[in-house]
Amino acid sequence: MEEHELEILRLVEENGRLDIATIAKMVDRTEEEVQTVLNKLEKENIILSYAAVVDWSKVNEREGVTAMIDVKVTPQRGVGFDEVAERIYRFPEVEALYLVSGAYDLLVVIDGDTMSEIARFVSEKLSALDSVISTTTHFRLKTYKHDGIMFGDGEDDDKRIVVSP
Amino acid sequence: MTTPVRKKGRLSEAVQNIQPSGIRRFFDMASTMDNVISLGVGEPDFVTPWKVREASIDSMERGYTAYTANPGIIELREEISSYLSRQFSTPYDPENEIIVTVGASEAIDIAIRSTVNPGEEVVIIEPGFVSYAPIVSLAGGKPVSIGTKKENEFKVTKEELEAAITSNTKAIMLCFPNNPTGAVMTKEDLDPLVEIIEKNDLLVLSDEIYAELSYDQKHYSFARLPGMKERTILISGFSKAFAMTGWRLGFVCAPADITAAMLKIHQYAMMCASTPAQYGALEALRSGQDDVERMVTSYKQRRNYMVKSFAEIGLSCHVPGGAFYAFPSIEETGMDSNAFAEGLLHEERVAVVPGNVFGEGGEGHIRCSYATSMESLETAIERIGRFIKKHSS
Ligand SMILES: Cc1ncc(COP(=O)(O)O)c(C=O)c1O
Repeated sequence: MEEHELEILRLVEENGRLDIATIAKMVDRTEEEVQTVLNKLEKENIILSYAAVVDWSKVNEREGVTAMIDVKVTPQRGVGFDEVAERIYRFPEVEALYLVSGAYDLLVVIDGDTMSEIARFVSEKLSALDSVISTTTHFRLKTYKHDGIMFGDGEDDDKRIVVSP
Repeated sequence: MTTPVRKKGRLSEAVQNIQPSGIRRFFDMASTMDNVISLGVGEPDFVTPWKVREASIDSMERGYTAYTANPGIIELREEISSYLSRQFSTPYDPENEIIVTVGASEAIDIAIRSTVNPGEEVVIIEPGFVSYAPIVSLAGGKPVSIGTKKENEFKVTKEELEAAITSNTKAIMLCFPNNPTGAVMTKEDLDPLVEIIEKNDLLVLSDEIYAELSYDQKHYSFARLPGMKERTILISGFSKAFAMTGWRLGFVCAPADITAAMLKIHQYAMMCASTPAQYGALEALRSGQDDVERMVTSYKQRRNYMVKSFAEIGLSCHVPGGAFYAFPSIEETGMDSNAFAEGLLHEERVAVVPGNVFGEGGEGHIRCSYATSMESLETAIERIGRFIKKHSS
Protein backbone atom coordinates (compact mmCIF):
# COMPACT_ATOMS: atom_id res chain seq x y z
CA MET A 1 0.00 0.00 0.00
CA GLU A 2 1.23 3.49 -0.76
CA GLU A 3 2.19 5.94 1.95
CA HIS A 4 -0.73 8.30 1.37
CA GLU A 5 -3.21 5.41 1.35
CA LEU A 6 -1.88 4.31 4.72
CA GLU A 7 -2.15 7.85 6.00
CA ILE A 8 -5.78 8.10 4.90
CA LEU A 9 -6.52 4.71 6.42
CA ARG A 10 -5.08 5.78 9.77
CA LEU A 11 -7.08 9.00 9.71
CA VAL A 12 -10.44 7.32 9.11
CA GLU A 13 -9.61 4.58 11.56
CA GLU A 14 -9.25 7.22 14.22
CA ASN A 15 -12.16 9.35 13.10
CA GLY A 16 -14.63 7.87 10.64
CA ARG A 17 -16.52 11.13 10.46
CA LEU A 18 -13.81 13.25 8.85
CA ASP A 19 -15.22 14.47 5.58
CA ILE A 20 -13.44 13.99 2.31
CA ALA A 21 -12.68 17.70 1.90
CA THR A 22 -10.97 17.81 5.28
CA ILE A 23 -8.99 14.65 4.68
CA ALA A 24 -7.90 16.00 1.31
CA LYS A 25 -6.48 19.11 2.92
CA MET A 26 -4.79 17.15 5.69
CA VAL A 27 -2.96 14.77 3.39
CA ASP A 28 -2.36 17.36 0.67
CA ARG A 29 -4.31 15.55 -2.08
CA THR A 30 -7.39 16.40 -4.13
CA GLU A 31 -10.82 15.31 -2.97
CA GLU A 32 -11.09 13.03 -6.00
CA GLU A 33 -7.86 11.28 -5.06
CA VAL A 34 -9.07 10.73 -1.50
CA GLN A 35 -12.41 9.43 -2.76
CA THR A 36 -10.63 7.01 -5.06
CA VAL A 37 -8.47 5.71 -2.23
CA LEU A 38 -11.48 5.23 0.07
CA ASN A 39 -13.45 3.49 -2.67
CA LYS A 40 -10.58 1.15 -3.26
CA LEU A 41 -10.08 0.40 0.44
CA GLU A 42 -13.79 -0.27 0.82
CA LYS A 43 -13.93 -2.46 -2.23
CA GLU A 44 -10.98 -4.52 -1.03
CA ASN A 45 -12.71 -4.93 2.35
CA ILE A 46 -9.83 -3.22 4.10
CA ILE A 47 -12.25 -0.62 5.41
CA LEU A 48 -15.19 -2.68 6.64
CA SER A 49 -17.28 -0.11 8.45
CA TYR A 50 -17.23 3.43 9.86
CA ALA A 51 -18.76 2.60 13.21
CA ALA A 52 -18.79 4.71 16.37
CA VAL A 53 -17.34 3.42 19.63
CA VAL A 54 -20.26 3.60 22.08
CA ASP A 55 -20.18 3.43 25.84
CA TRP A 56 -23.52 1.69 26.32
CA SER A 57 -23.15 1.70 30.06
CA LYS A 58 -24.07 5.39 29.93
CA VAL A 59 -27.30 4.70 28.06
CA ASN A 60 -30.10 3.97 30.51
CA GLU A 61 -32.31 2.30 27.93
CA ARG A 62 -29.78 -0.36 27.20
CA GLU A 63 -26.99 -1.61 29.35
CA GLY A 64 -26.79 -5.12 27.90
CA VAL A 65 -24.47 -7.93 28.81
CA THR A 66 -21.26 -8.97 27.12
CA ALA A 67 -19.49 -12.26 27.63
CA MET A 68 -16.17 -13.61 26.47
CA ILE A 69 -16.29 -17.33 26.00
CA ASP A 70 -13.27 -19.59 25.72
CA VAL A 71 -14.13 -22.49 23.46
CA LYS A 72 -12.21 -25.72 22.99
CA VAL A 73 -12.98 -27.53 19.76
CA THR A 74 -11.77 -30.52 17.76
CA PRO A 75 -10.43 -29.25 14.46
CA GLN A 76 -11.91 -30.95 11.41
CA ARG A 77 -9.83 -32.74 8.85
CA GLY A 78 -9.09 -30.53 5.87
CA VAL A 79 -10.75 -27.37 7.09
CA GLY A 80 -9.14 -27.00 10.52
CA PHE A 81 -11.00 -24.51 12.65
CA ASP A 82 -12.54 -22.51 9.84
CA GLU A 83 -15.71 -24.50 9.47
CA VAL A 84 -16.67 -24.54 13.11
CA ALA A 85 -15.66 -20.87 13.35
CA GLU A 86 -18.03 -20.00 10.54
CA ARG A 87 -20.89 -21.86 12.18
CA ILE A 88 -20.30 -19.77 15.27
CA TYR A 89 -19.71 -16.33 13.81
CA ARG A 90 -22.81 -16.45 11.66
CA PHE A 91 -24.94 -16.07 14.78
CA PRO A 92 -25.78 -12.35 14.93
CA GLU A 93 -25.23 -12.21 18.69
CA VAL A 94 -21.56 -13.05 18.11
CA GLU A 95 -19.79 -9.72 18.30
CA ALA A 96 -16.28 -11.03 17.68
CA LEU A 97 -14.57 -14.34 17.14
CA TYR A 98 -10.86 -15.06 17.24
CA LEU A 99 -8.75 -18.16 16.81
CA VAL A 100 -6.19 -18.03 19.58
CA SER A 101 -3.16 -19.95 20.76
CA GLY A 102 -2.99 -21.42 24.27
CA ALA A 103 -5.25 -23.52 26.46
CA TYR A 104 -8.31 -23.14 24.27
CA ASP A 105 -8.94 -22.50 20.59
CA LEU A 106 -11.61 -19.94 19.96
CA LEU A 107 -12.48 -16.76 21.78
CA VAL A 108 -16.10 -15.76 21.22
CA VAL A 109 -17.48 -12.40 22.26
CA ILE A 110 -21.25 -12.37 22.69
CA ASP A 111 -23.57 -9.43 23.18
CA GLY A 112 -26.95 -9.96 24.73
CA ASP A 113 -29.65 -8.16 26.66
CA THR A 114 -29.53 -10.36 29.74
CA MET A 115 -27.31 -12.98 31.33
CA SER A 116 -29.91 -15.66 30.81
CA GLU A 117 -30.02 -14.88 27.11
CA ILE A 118 -26.30 -15.49 26.91
CA ALA A 119 -26.54 -18.61 29.07
CA ARG A 120 -29.14 -19.92 26.67
CA PHE A 121 -26.92 -19.20 23.69
CA VAL A 122 -24.04 -21.08 25.28
CA SER A 123 -26.02 -24.16 26.24
CA GLU A 124 -28.32 -24.39 23.26
CA LYS A 125 -26.20 -23.12 20.40
CA LEU A 126 -22.53 -23.22 21.21
CA SER A 127 -22.20 -26.38 23.33
CA ALA A 128 -24.58 -28.16 21.02
CA LEU A 129 -22.11 -28.03 18.15
CA ASP A 130 -20.49 -31.43 17.60
CA SER A 131 -16.91 -30.20 17.53
CA VAL A 132 -17.21 -28.07 20.69
CA ILE A 133 -15.54 -29.88 23.57
CA SER A 134 -15.89 -27.31 26.33
CA THR A 135 -16.70 -23.67 27.05
CA THR A 136 -15.77 -21.22 29.80
CA THR A 137 -17.86 -18.07 29.99
CA HIS A 138 -16.58 -14.76 31.41
CA PHE A 139 -19.09 -11.98 31.84
CA ARG A 140 -17.73 -8.49 31.36
CA LEU A 141 -18.13 -6.39 34.48
CA LYS A 142 -16.68 -3.09 33.31
CA THR A 143 -15.00 -1.64 30.24
CA TYR A 144 -11.87 0.38 30.87
CA LYS A 145 -10.69 0.63 27.28
CA HIS A 146 -12.05 -0.57 23.97
CA ASP A 147 -10.61 -0.27 20.47
CA GLY A 148 -7.82 1.89 21.84
CA ILE A 149 -10.24 4.31 23.44
CA MET A 150 -10.31 4.91 27.16
CA PHE A 151 -13.78 4.73 28.68
CA GLY A 152 -14.78 6.84 31.64
CA ASP A 153 -13.50 10.37 31.69
CA GLY A 154 -10.14 9.58 30.12
CA GLU A 155 -7.90 12.55 29.43
CA ASP A 156 -10.05 14.32 26.92
CA ASP A 157 -10.65 17.59 28.69
CA ASP A 158 -8.15 20.26 27.72
CA LYS A 159 -6.20 21.30 30.78
CA ARG A 160 -4.18 24.00 29.02
CA ILE A 161 -4.53 27.72 29.63
CA VAL A 162 -6.34 29.44 26.75
CA VAL A 163 -3.55 31.70 25.54
CA SER A 164 0.16 31.13 26.11
CA PRO A 165 3.47 32.17 24.53
CA MET B 1 4.39 52.58 65.03
CA THR B 2 5.89 50.81 62.07
CA THR B 3 7.96 52.61 59.49
CA PRO B 4 5.95 53.20 56.29
CA VAL B 5 6.93 50.86 53.49
CA ARG B 6 8.98 52.56 50.85
CA LYS B 7 7.00 52.35 47.60
CA LYS B 8 9.00 54.62 45.41
CA GLY B 9 12.16 53.14 44.03
CA ARG B 10 11.66 49.75 45.55
CA LEU B 11 11.61 48.01 42.18
CA SER B 12 14.75 47.74 40.12
CA GLU B 13 15.00 49.96 37.08
CA ALA B 14 15.81 46.98 34.97
CA VAL B 15 12.54 45.31 35.77
CA GLN B 16 10.56 48.51 35.47
CA ASN B 17 11.93 49.01 32.01
CA ILE B 18 10.59 45.76 30.65
CA GLN B 19 6.97 45.46 29.57
CA PRO B 20 4.66 42.60 30.47
CA SER B 21 4.08 40.35 27.49
CA GLY B 22 1.26 41.35 25.12
CA ILE B 23 0.12 37.75 25.24
CA ARG B 24 -0.99 38.25 28.81
CA ARG B 25 -3.64 40.79 27.75
CA PHE B 26 -5.25 38.30 25.40
CA PHE B 27 -5.12 35.63 28.01
CA ASP B 28 -6.99 37.90 30.42
CA MET B 29 -9.62 38.72 27.80
CA ALA B 30 -10.14 35.20 26.52
CA SER B 31 -10.21 33.49 29.88
CA THR B 32 -13.30 35.42 30.98
CA MET B 33 -15.34 34.25 27.99
CA ASP B 34 -17.31 31.08 27.35
CA ASN B 35 -17.40 29.00 24.19
CA VAL B 36 -14.03 30.29 23.02
CA ILE B 37 -12.10 28.21 20.54
CA SER B 38 -8.49 28.89 21.24
CA LEU B 39 -5.83 29.00 18.58
CA GLY B 40 -3.77 30.89 21.10
CA VAL B 41 -2.15 28.01 22.88
CA GLY B 42 1.62 27.74 22.54
CA GLU B 43 1.88 24.14 23.64
CA PRO B 44 1.05 20.65 22.35
CA ASP B 45 -2.50 19.36 22.67
CA PHE B 46 -1.18 15.91 23.52
CA VAL B 47 -0.79 14.72 27.06
CA THR B 48 2.74 13.47 27.83
CA PRO B 49 3.10 9.86 26.60
CA TRP B 50 2.07 7.47 29.35
CA LYS B 51 5.39 5.62 29.43
CA VAL B 52 7.10 8.88 30.33
CA ARG B 53 4.61 9.67 33.06
CA GLU B 54 4.86 6.12 34.33
CA ALA B 55 8.65 6.27 34.50
CA SER B 56 8.47 9.45 36.52
CA ILE B 57 5.89 8.00 38.91
CA ASP B 58 8.09 4.94 39.28
CA SER B 59 11.13 7.06 40.13
CA MET B 60 9.17 8.73 42.90
CA GLU B 61 7.95 5.39 44.22
CA ARG B 62 11.53 4.23 44.38
CA GLY B 63 12.46 7.31 46.34
CA TYR B 64 14.35 9.41 43.81
CA THR B 65 13.23 12.64 45.41
CA ALA B 66 16.50 14.31 46.34
CA TYR B 67 18.54 16.97 44.50
CA THR B 68 20.55 15.74 41.56
CA ALA B 69 23.98 16.91 40.41
CA ASN B 70 23.74 20.55 39.31
CA PRO B 71 23.88 19.86 35.58
CA GLY B 72 21.39 17.00 35.89
CA ILE B 73 21.67 13.23 36.32
CA ILE B 74 24.51 11.90 34.23
CA GLU B 75 22.32 9.21 32.62
CA LEU B 76 20.07 11.93 31.25
CA ARG B 77 22.99 13.99 29.96
CA GLU B 78 24.32 10.88 28.26
CA GLU B 79 20.94 10.24 26.66
CA ILE B 80 20.72 13.86 25.53
CA SER B 81 24.17 13.52 24.02
CA SER B 82 23.31 10.42 22.04
CA TYR B 83 19.91 11.79 21.09
CA LEU B 84 21.49 14.92 19.63
CA SER B 85 24.05 12.89 17.70
CA ARG B 86 21.43 10.49 16.43
CA GLN B 87 18.77 13.02 15.46
CA PHE B 88 20.71 16.11 14.49
CA SER B 89 24.34 15.04 14.09
CA THR B 90 25.41 17.46 16.81
CA PRO B 91 27.37 15.50 19.41
CA TYR B 92 28.03 17.10 22.80
CA ASP B 93 30.09 15.83 25.72
CA PRO B 94 27.73 14.84 28.55
CA GLU B 95 30.37 15.60 31.17
CA ASN B 96 31.05 19.23 30.41
CA GLU B 97 28.97 20.50 27.52
CA ILE B 98 25.39 19.81 28.62
CA ILE B 99 23.21 21.23 31.40
CA VAL B 100 19.69 20.03 32.13
CA THR B 101 17.63 23.16 32.77
CA VAL B 102 14.22 24.24 34.01
CA GLY B 103 12.77 24.42 30.51
CA ALA B 104 14.33 26.03 27.49
CA SER B 105 13.22 29.21 29.28
CA GLU B 106 15.96 28.88 31.86
CA ALA B 107 18.40 27.89 29.16
CA ILE B 108 17.67 31.15 27.32
CA ASP B 109 18.22 33.09 30.52
CA ILE B 110 21.53 31.51 31.53
CA ALA B 111 22.85 31.56 27.96
CA ILE B 112 22.25 35.30 27.73
CA ARG B 113 23.36 36.14 31.26
CA SER B 114 26.59 34.22 30.99
CA THR B 115 27.67 35.87 27.73
CA VAL B 116 26.28 39.40 27.51
CA ASN B 117 27.98 42.38 29.21
CA PRO B 118 26.13 45.60 29.96
CA GLY B 119 25.86 47.65 26.81
CA GLU B 120 26.56 44.78 24.43
CA GLU B 121 24.06 44.16 21.67
CA VAL B 122 22.24 40.97 20.88
CA VAL B 123 20.60 40.67 17.49
CA ILE B 124 17.15 39.15 17.78
CA ILE B 125 15.26 37.76 14.83
CA GLU B 126 11.64 38.83 14.93
CA PRO B 127 8.80 37.99 14.86
CA GLY B 128 10.16 35.80 17.62
CA PHE B 129 9.57 34.24 20.99
CA VAL B 130 8.60 36.86 23.53
CA SER B 131 11.28 36.24 26.13
CA TYR B 132 14.50 37.01 24.24
CA ALA B 133 14.48 40.81 24.28
CA PRO B 134 13.39 41.20 27.92
CA ILE B 135 16.03 38.74 29.10
CA VAL B 136 18.71 40.57 27.14
CA SER B 137 17.56 43.83 28.72
CA LEU B 138 17.56 42.31 32.21
CA ALA B 139 21.15 41.26 31.62
CA GLY B 140 21.99 44.88 30.81
CA GLY B 141 22.39 44.13 27.12
CA LYS B 142 20.70 45.85 24.24
CA PRO B 143 18.32 43.87 22.04
CA VAL B 144 18.53 44.82 18.37
CA SER B 145 15.68 43.52 16.23
CA ILE B 146 15.66 42.29 12.69
CA GLY B 147 12.14 42.04 11.34
CA THR B 148 11.95 39.15 8.91
CA LYS B 149 9.61 39.35 5.95
CA LYS B 150 6.83 37.28 4.55
CA GLU B 151 8.35 37.46 1.07
CA ASN B 152 11.46 35.79 2.51
CA GLU B 153 9.28 33.22 4.25
CA PHE B 154 10.33 34.84 7.53
CA LYS B 155 13.92 33.68 7.14
CA VAL B 156 16.73 36.02 8.04
CA THR B 157 19.02 37.03 5.19
CA LYS B 158 22.72 37.74 5.16
CA GLU B 159 22.05 41.37 4.20
CA GLU B 160 19.61 41.90 7.06
CA LEU B 161 22.07 40.43 9.53
CA GLU B 162 24.96 42.48 8.23
CA ALA B 163 22.92 45.68 8.49
CA ALA B 164 22.05 44.99 12.13
CA ILE B 165 25.60 44.46 13.31
CA THR B 166 27.63 47.16 15.05
CA SER B 167 30.97 47.10 16.84
CA ASN B 168 28.99 46.34 20.02
CA THR B 169 27.26 43.24 18.73
CA LYS B 170 28.05 40.23 20.87
CA ALA B 171 25.62 37.58 19.79
CA ILE B 172 22.74 36.65 17.56
CA MET B 173 19.69 34.84 18.79
CA LEU B 174 18.17 32.42 16.28
CA CYS B 175 15.01 30.36 16.55
CA PHE B 176 14.12 28.00 13.72
CA PRO B 177 11.60 26.40 13.41
CA ASN B 178 10.18 29.67 14.64
CA ASN B 179 7.51 30.65 17.09
CA PRO B 180 5.31 32.44 15.85
CA THR B 181 5.97 32.18 12.10
CA GLY B 182 6.70 28.46 11.76
CA ALA B 183 9.59 29.45 9.48
CA VAL B 184 12.47 27.03 9.06
CA MET B 185 15.96 27.62 7.75
CA THR B 186 17.70 24.88 5.82
CA LYS B 187 21.43 24.38 5.66
CA GLU B 188 21.45 26.39 2.42
CA ASP B 189 19.60 29.23 4.12
CA LEU B 190 21.98 29.24 7.10
CA ASP B 191 25.24 28.90 5.16
CA PRO B 192 25.49 32.56 4.05
CA LEU B 193 25.21 33.75 7.67
CA VAL B 194 28.41 31.99 8.66
CA GLU B 195 30.70 34.45 6.95
CA ILE B 196 29.14 37.43 8.76
CA ILE B 197 29.21 35.62 12.08
CA GLU B 198 32.87 34.75 11.69
CA LYS B 199 33.86 38.18 10.40
CA ASN B 200 32.27 39.84 13.42
CA ASP B 201 33.30 37.15 15.86
CA LEU B 202 29.74 36.59 17.12
CA LEU B 203 28.20 34.02 19.37
CA VAL B 204 25.03 32.29 18.22
CA LEU B 205 22.27 31.42 20.65
CA SER B 206 20.19 28.91 18.77
CA ASP B 207 16.80 28.03 20.25
CA GLU B 208 15.95 24.76 18.53
CA ILE B 209 13.12 23.67 20.77
CA TYR B 210 10.88 22.98 17.76
CA ALA B 211 13.54 20.97 15.89
CA GLU B 212 11.56 17.72 15.97
CA LEU B 213 8.49 19.46 14.62
CA SER B 214 9.88 19.92 11.12
CA TYR B 215 7.49 18.75 8.43
CA ASP B 216 9.11 19.03 5.04
CA GLN B 217 12.71 18.13 5.71
CA LYS B 218 14.84 17.12 8.62
CA HIS B 219 15.92 19.95 10.89
CA TYR B 220 19.45 21.22 10.35
CA SER B 221 21.05 22.40 13.57
CA PHE B 222 23.07 25.59 13.46
CA ALA B 223 25.78 23.90 15.51
CA ARG B 224 26.28 21.42 12.70
CA LEU B 225 27.61 24.03 10.27
CA PRO B 226 31.36 23.76 9.84
CA GLY B 227 33.16 25.73 12.53
CA MET B 228 29.96 26.90 14.20
CA LYS B 229 29.77 24.52 17.15
CA GLU B 230 32.53 26.49 18.89
CA ARG B 231 30.38 29.64 18.71
CA THR B 232 26.97 28.15 19.34
CA ILE B 233 24.86 27.75 22.44
CA LEU B 234 22.23 25.18 21.54
CA ILE B 235 18.99 25.56 23.46
CA SER B 236 16.31 22.90 23.43
CA GLY B 237 14.01 20.92 25.65
CA PHE B 238 11.26 18.41 26.11
CA SER B 239 8.23 20.71 26.10
CA LYS B 240 7.30 20.61 22.44
CA ALA B 241 8.67 17.38 21.00
CA PHE B 242 7.59 15.17 23.89
CA ALA B 243 4.54 17.18 24.98
CA MET B 244 6.09 17.92 28.38
CA THR B 245 5.49 21.65 28.87
CA GLY B 246 4.33 21.41 32.47
CA TRP B 247 7.34 19.34 33.52
CA ARG B 248 9.59 22.36 33.03
CA LEU B 249 12.55 20.55 31.59
CA GLY B 250 15.00 21.61 28.92
CA PHE B 251 18.69 21.56 28.19
CA VAL B 252 21.47 23.71 26.93
CA CYS B 253 24.65 22.62 25.14
CA ALA B 254 27.71 24.73 24.54
CA PRO B 255 31.50 24.66 24.44
CA ALA B 256 32.94 23.75 27.84
CA ASP B 257 33.95 27.28 28.90
CA ILE B 258 30.48 28.66 28.25
CA THR B 259 28.84 25.62 29.86
CA ALA B 260 30.94 26.15 32.99
CA ALA B 261 29.83 29.80 33.09
CA MET B 262 26.17 28.90 32.64
CA LEU B 263 26.48 26.25 35.31
CA LYS B 264 27.53 28.91 37.82
CA ILE B 265 24.24 30.75 37.35
CA HIS B 266 22.25 27.53 37.20
CA GLN B 267 23.73 26.18 40.42
CA TYR B 268 22.96 29.34 42.36
CA ALA B 269 19.59 30.12 40.81
CA MET B 270 18.14 26.63 40.35
CA MET B 271 20.43 24.12 42.04
CA CYS B 272 19.11 21.51 39.64
CA ALA B 273 16.06 20.73 37.53
CA SER B 274 13.19 18.74 39.01
CA THR B 275 14.31 15.21 39.80
CA PRO B 276 11.09 13.33 38.88
CA ALA B 277 10.99 15.31 35.63
CA GLN B 278 14.53 14.22 34.82
CA TYR B 279 13.59 10.57 35.24
CA GLY B 280 10.60 11.06 32.99
CA ALA B 281 12.77 12.70 30.37
CA LEU B 282 15.20 9.81 30.52
CA GLU B 283 12.40 7.48 29.44
CA ALA B 284 11.27 9.96 26.78
CA LEU B 285 14.70 9.84 25.16
CA ARG B 286 15.09 6.09 25.55
CA SER B 287 11.76 5.05 24.11
CA GLY B 288 9.70 8.06 23.10
CA GLN B 289 10.70 8.51 19.47
CA ASP B 290 7.64 6.63 18.18
CA ASP B 291 5.42 8.96 20.13
CA VAL B 292 7.24 11.95 18.70
CA GLU B 293 6.67 10.65 15.19
CA ARG B 294 3.00 10.02 15.84
CA MET B 295 2.56 13.58 17.10
CA VAL B 296 4.59 15.07 14.25
CA THR B 297 2.39 13.31 11.67
CA SER B 298 -0.67 14.71 13.32
CA TYR B 299 0.72 18.28 13.45
CA LYS B 300 1.72 18.06 9.82
CA GLN B 301 -1.80 17.04 8.79
CA ARG B 302 -3.23 19.93 10.72
CA ARG B 303 -0.63 22.31 9.25
CA ASN B 304 -1.73 21.25 5.77
CA TYR B 305 -5.36 21.68 6.70
CA MET B 306 -4.83 25.18 8.08
CA VAL B 307 -2.77 26.51 5.18
CA LYS B 308 -5.30 25.29 2.61
CA SER B 309 -8.26 26.47 4.63
CA PHE B 310 -6.78 29.94 5.07
CA ALA B 311 -6.35 30.16 1.31
CA GLU B 312 -10.00 29.21 0.87
CA ILE B 313 -11.27 31.92 3.18
CA GLY B 314 -9.00 34.50 1.61
CA LEU B 315 -6.10 34.82 4.05
CA SER B 316 -2.66 34.53 2.54
CA CYS B 317 -0.41 32.34 4.62
CA HIS B 318 3.11 31.18 3.92
CA VAL B 319 3.59 27.47 4.45
CA PRO B 320 5.12 27.05 7.90
CA GLY B 321 7.76 24.34 7.70
CA GLY B 322 7.83 23.65 11.42
CA ALA B 323 6.48 24.27 14.95
CA PHE B 324 2.69 24.28 15.31
CA TYR B 325 1.84 27.80 14.28
CA ALA B 326 0.40 29.31 11.14
CA PHE B 327 1.04 33.01 10.69
CA PRO B 328 -1.40 34.29 8.08
CA SER B 329 -1.40 37.86 6.86
CA ILE B 330 -4.50 39.87 7.73
CA GLU B 331 -3.39 42.99 5.89
CA GLU B 332 -6.09 42.57 3.24
CA THR B 333 -8.72 43.26 5.88
CA GLY B 334 -7.31 46.70 6.58
CA MET B 335 -7.26 46.01 10.30
CA ASP B 336 -4.13 45.95 12.41
CA SER B 337 -3.36 42.72 14.18
CA ASN B 338 -4.64 43.90 17.54
CA ALA B 339 -7.97 45.10 16.19
CA PHE B 340 -8.34 41.90 14.21
CA ALA B 341 -7.57 39.63 17.15
CA GLU B 342 -9.80 41.58 19.53
CA GLY B 343 -12.66 41.74 17.04
CA LEU B 344 -12.36 38.05 16.28
CA LEU B 345 -12.43 37.18 19.95
CA HIS B 346 -15.45 39.33 20.74
CA GLU B 347 -17.50 38.67 17.64
CA GLU B 348 -16.65 35.07 16.86
CA ARG B 349 -15.07 33.75 20.04
CA VAL B 350 -11.87 32.60 18.44
CA ALA B 351 -8.69 33.43 20.33
CA VAL B 352 -5.54 34.09 18.29
CA VAL B 353 -2.47 36.11 19.19
CA PRO B 354 -1.87 39.38 17.32
CA GLY B 355 1.42 39.32 15.43
CA ASN B 356 2.63 42.60 16.87
CA VAL B 357 3.36 41.05 20.27
CA PHE B 358 6.16 39.05 18.64
CA GLY B 359 8.10 42.16 17.70
CA GLU B 360 9.16 43.71 14.47
CA GLY B 361 7.64 42.26 11.32
CA GLY B 362 4.76 40.74 13.26
CA GLU B 363 2.22 43.47 12.57
CA GLY B 364 -0.27 42.57 9.87
CA HIS B 365 -0.33 38.93 10.96
CA ILE B 366 -1.97 36.73 13.54
CA ARG B 367 -0.51 33.64 15.17
CA CYS B 368 -2.81 30.64 14.98
CA SER B 369 -1.69 27.60 16.90
CA TYR B 370 -3.04 24.47 15.28
CA ALA B 371 -2.16 22.29 18.26
CA THR B 372 -5.82 21.69 18.92
CA SER B 373 -8.41 19.16 17.76
CA MET B 374 -9.45 18.98 14.10
CA GLU B 375 -12.98 19.63 15.21
CA SER B 376 -11.95 22.92 16.82
CA LEU B 377 -9.86 23.87 13.81
CA GLU B 378 -12.79 23.29 11.47
CA THR B 379 -15.06 25.45 13.60
CA ALA B 380 -12.38 28.11 13.98
CA ILE B 381 -11.88 28.32 10.22
CA GLU B 382 -15.61 28.66 9.71
CA ARG B 383 -15.77 31.49 12.24
CA ILE B 384 -12.69 33.30 10.94
CA GLY B 385 -14.11 33.02 7.41
CA ARG B 386 -17.36 34.61 8.55
CA PHE B 387 -15.46 37.35 10.38
CA ILE B 388 -13.43 38.22 7.30
CA LYS B 389 -16.47 38.26 5.05
CA LYS B 390 -18.25 40.58 7.42
CA HIS B 391 -15.34 43.00 7.60
CA SER B 392 -14.16 43.04 4.01
CA SER B 393 -15.36 46.14 2.29
C1 LIG C 1 10.70 29.41 20.79
C2 LIG C 1 10.48 28.97 22.18
N1 LIG C 1 11.53 28.84 23.00
C3 LIG C 1 11.39 28.46 24.27
C4 LIG C 1 10.15 28.18 24.81
C5 LIG C 1 10.05 27.79 26.24
O1 LIG C 1 10.00 26.42 26.38
P1 LIG C 1 10.16 25.66 27.77
O2 LIG C 1 8.81 25.12 28.09
O3 LIG C 1 11.14 24.57 27.51
O4 LIG C 1 10.64 26.63 28.78
C6 LIG C 1 9.02 28.28 24.00
C7 LIG C 1 7.67 28.02 24.55
O5 LIG C 1 6.67 28.44 24.06
C8 LIG C 1 9.19 28.68 22.65
O6 LIG C 1 8.14 28.81 21.84
